[in-house]
Amino acid sequence: MNLAAAAVNENVAHISNYLIYSAMAVYTLAFLAHVTEWTFGSRSKVAVQSAALVTAAAAKPAVTVKSAGGTTVLERPQVVTRATASDRGIPDGPGAAGEDEQGDMYGRIAISLTVLGWALHVGGVVARAISVERAPWGNMYEFSTTFGATAVTAYLVLLALGKNVRWIGLFITTAVLLDLGMAVSVLYTASDQLVPALHSYWLWIHVSCAIISGALFFLGATATFLFLFRDSYETGLLGGKPNKGRWANAMSRLPAAATLDKFAYRVNAAVFPLWTFTIVAGAIWAEAAWGRYWGWDPKETWSFITFVLYACYLHARATAGWKGRKAAYLALLAFACFLFNYYGVNIFITGKHSYAGV
Amino acid sequence: MSTTDKTDEKELGAAGAQLSTAPEEEEAGIIVPGSFGGLRKPGFAGGAAWTVREVWGWLRWMWRQLTSMRVALILLFLVSLAAIPGSLVPQTSVNAVKAQDFIDAHPTVAPVYEKLGLFHVYSSVWFSAIYILLFVSLAGCIVPRSWQFVGQLRAKPPAAPRNLTRLPAYATWRTAAEPDEVLDGAQSALRRRRFRTARASTAVASEKGFLREAGNLLFHIALFGLLISFAVGQLWKGDGSKLIVEGDGFANTITAYDDFTPGSFYGADDLNAFGFDLDSFNATYATSGPDKGSARTFRANVHYWTGADGKKHKGAIEVNKPLEIAGSKVYLNGHGYAPVVTVKDGSGTVVYSGAVAFLPTDANLTSTGVIKVPDAVDKNGKADQLGFSGLFTPSFKLDSTLGPISVFPALANPALILTAYHGDLGVDSGLPQNVYQLDTKNMKQFKDSKGNIVSKAMQVGDSMTLPNGAGSITFDGIKTFAQFQVTHQPATGWALTSAFSAIIGLAGSLFIQRRRVWVRAVRGDDGVTVVELAGLGRSESAKIADELGTFVDILLVTAPVQAEPPPEEASEASEASAETQPEDEGARA
Repeated sequence: MNLAAAAVNENVAHISNYLIYSAMAVYTLAFLAHVTEWTFGSRSKVAVQSAALVTAAAAKPAVTVKSAGGTTVLERPQVVTRATASDRGIPDGPGAAGEDEQGDMYGRIAISLTVLGWALHVGGVVARAISVERAPWGNMYEFSTTFGATAVTAYLVLLALGKNVRWIGLFITTAVLLDLGMAVSVLYTASDQLVPALHSYWLWIHVSCAIISGALFFLGATATFLFLFRDSYETGLLGGKPNKGRWANAMSRLPAAATLDKFAYRVNAAVFPLWTFTIVAGAIWAEAAWGRYWGWDPKETWSFITFVLYACYLHARATAGWKGRKAAYLALLAFACFLFNYYGVNIFITGKHSYAGV
Repeated sequence: MSTTDKTDEKELGAAGAQLSTAPEEEEAGIIVPGSFGGLRKPGFAGGAAWTVREVWGWLRWMWRQLTSMRVALILLFLVSLAAIPGSLVPQTSVNAVKAQDFIDAHPTVAPVYEKLGLFHVYSSVWFSAIYILLFVSLAGCIVPRSWQFVGQLRAKPPAAPRNLTRLPAYATWRTAAEPDEVLDGAQSALRRRRFRTARASTAVASEKGFLREAGNLLFHIALFGLLISFAVGQLWKGDGSKLIVEGDGFANTITAYDDFTPGSFYGADDLNAFGFDLDSFNATYATSGPDKGSARTFRANVHYWTGADGKKHKGAIEVNKPLEIAGSKVYLNGHGYAPVVTVKDGSGTVVYSGAVAFLPTDANLTSTGVIKVPDAVDKNGKADQLGFSGLFTPSFKLDSTLGPISVFPALANPALILTAYHGDLGVDSGLPQNVYQLDTKNMKQFKDSKGNIVSKAMQVGDSMTLPNGAGSITFDGIKTFAQFQVTHQPATGWALTSAFSAIIGLAGSLFIQRRRVWVRAVRGDDGVTVVELAGLGRSESAKIADELGTFVDILLVTAPVQAEPPPEEASEASEASAETQPEDEGARA
């Protein structure tokens, strides 16, 4: 491994920077398009949904008929599903654009722009990797840019799979702009080689897992955050509160609280084993690099705290008296710890992960 | 919400029971703490019996509280909360120097912190109390669940409930096929998909997804494995450091270490017999770019042996690549320079010759060190010990404000800047001394005739002559030294195995669905067979309906649909169309 001889290709490094700036510009446009989508969406009638809510809530447990596409009953019997879950019988909102066609158009423009921004963003990350001839995760700037790209990738993949995630659009463009803004202004580190402590294939394994976990935890946290608002909105509705005002208008367009909660749970539960693996991989690397697999280094401590809090959330969600809002607060707290472990521990606390560079 | 689940389970009878071994959650407010003893009969015997009942009752109550989910959740939360101070206050076990600095810098709060155990949070009483309670709670939950699970594995899948239409996923049709034919086909189809099946006269019951529970139990048992491995690793651990100059060697005995911190059950007799010589040390640095001067590679080339004097093997130690010798691991922790000097005393005899390690103080390896020469005499032949202290800079530069410093960590322009003392080094007092510090209490600094302090920045080959014919020091050359950490930590393999078992268990308990499928085929009065399929899962998801759909397709091959009699009220069901996906339930132990 003759890394010392591997000269940093400055041209490619510059291209990487331009790509990241371009991605930010395009994400900004996507953000504005999403804002427009929400604004136009407010023109659509809330009353329609309000009426739907009342009838749906009054209805018996919902029964769904899943047809396998056949039109004649003779050819294939249908599987009838019956809800037993804790639904309130409130349907999902229509989405940011409501029933407004112009709003929907802006929403589509926003998604197209997000795809373009994402392509530039990924290009920027790849160019950075080429310029340094290693995994582009050696310092906080590189970690942040890759983190943002991964979060947007996850969102776009879910969208492409036909999942109901369009409501994340505005929030993810906001978050990725903040993330990249921090990266280019505060965290920027010029392209260069790694210190010997980072020369290990565990960099690929440990850090990539941390990035993927973080990006997906972010999606989960966004859903949980919105769940809290939508949940109190629904509680208000069922309690007979009038479905009026801007706030109610915006809330009515979000997915149902049950849907948001389910989405958050699925994402968090899916990532939890990966996060566990991230910690274990880090421990294996620590054993090779520092002579012990666990030494309560601040980074290790906060990963542990994050792990325990997500474990709390998963348990709470299956426990009577804790599901719903309490579990949601735990999930948000767990994600806050993840963020603190990244920004807080790297910047304010000196430990063995301090070479990450600010 | 959970009441709906409960009524459902009641309606389903045994079919819905024990789909998980997760403990039943009592609704808040049902538990009424109170007297367990009932009537207290007169007399001593009565009183004693009452007391025993009362104590036992309270113990049972406390045990049930401790093993309840609510308390487990609180303990989990407390563990995460209790871990926080350890990341904010410097820990003695992590960095003793930093912890001591903190204590010195905060004389008012430090004693309070000390009392609270904030400098050793992870071995403190309160932290230990929380995690021990948590693990006891976990054991109290896992052990009964394991037995229950074994029972479930040996039991047959529960018989089909009378009314299959009430189940979350349901399908039915009429066919001309024989009921037995349908049931045989269903049983083999279910078996092929690895369902455990049980055949009754008119129905097949089946169940799948036991790995969910197995995974859940494995995860929690693996946590015990981790805890035990970690404890063993801490108690039987040996950890020491040693600075070795190029060309020198090391043998693994307690006295050979610069410092050594053993675990409670690890002593001098437990050290493995091995040793190694440091042949050379290579370091390369970035010579340009924004990170100029940062290290690129470190490599220590060694020859090592095991046993008292075994055969020597060639090896290399790099950062991230420790060398394992005889059950111990040797890590490369740092490096620096050791100037080689020759000291002559007042009589002209060579009283010291060799390499002296100077400890780095910054990233460019500006290093400080001392040279102690106890056996020197002055020009009159009277004992007069010599001491030198100063700096070594691999790339010397005289900075206008900082004085002499190094500007690059490699040997571009090496210089040794020394000043000299004579008198009593204090080494004869018998008290242990820091080899990197000069105790100048009983020493006098050499001054020239004008009263200026004698000091000189020497290049390799230069000498510094001491005033009054007290002797001289010559800077002969430079050697490199490396700092090694030798660690013996048992049960690491067990910890790793436990960790991976935990991950596998987690994946199983979060991704696998436990579910039951029933198939019933009954010949009706009109001679036509009615086939009914139903599915139920504890962790309900849309997948159960999909899976049932595949079974429908498979069964249709042997039991095709026969024309329906005039439709009943089937249309009513298909009108309501608010789709609701049943939700997943989390893991619990």
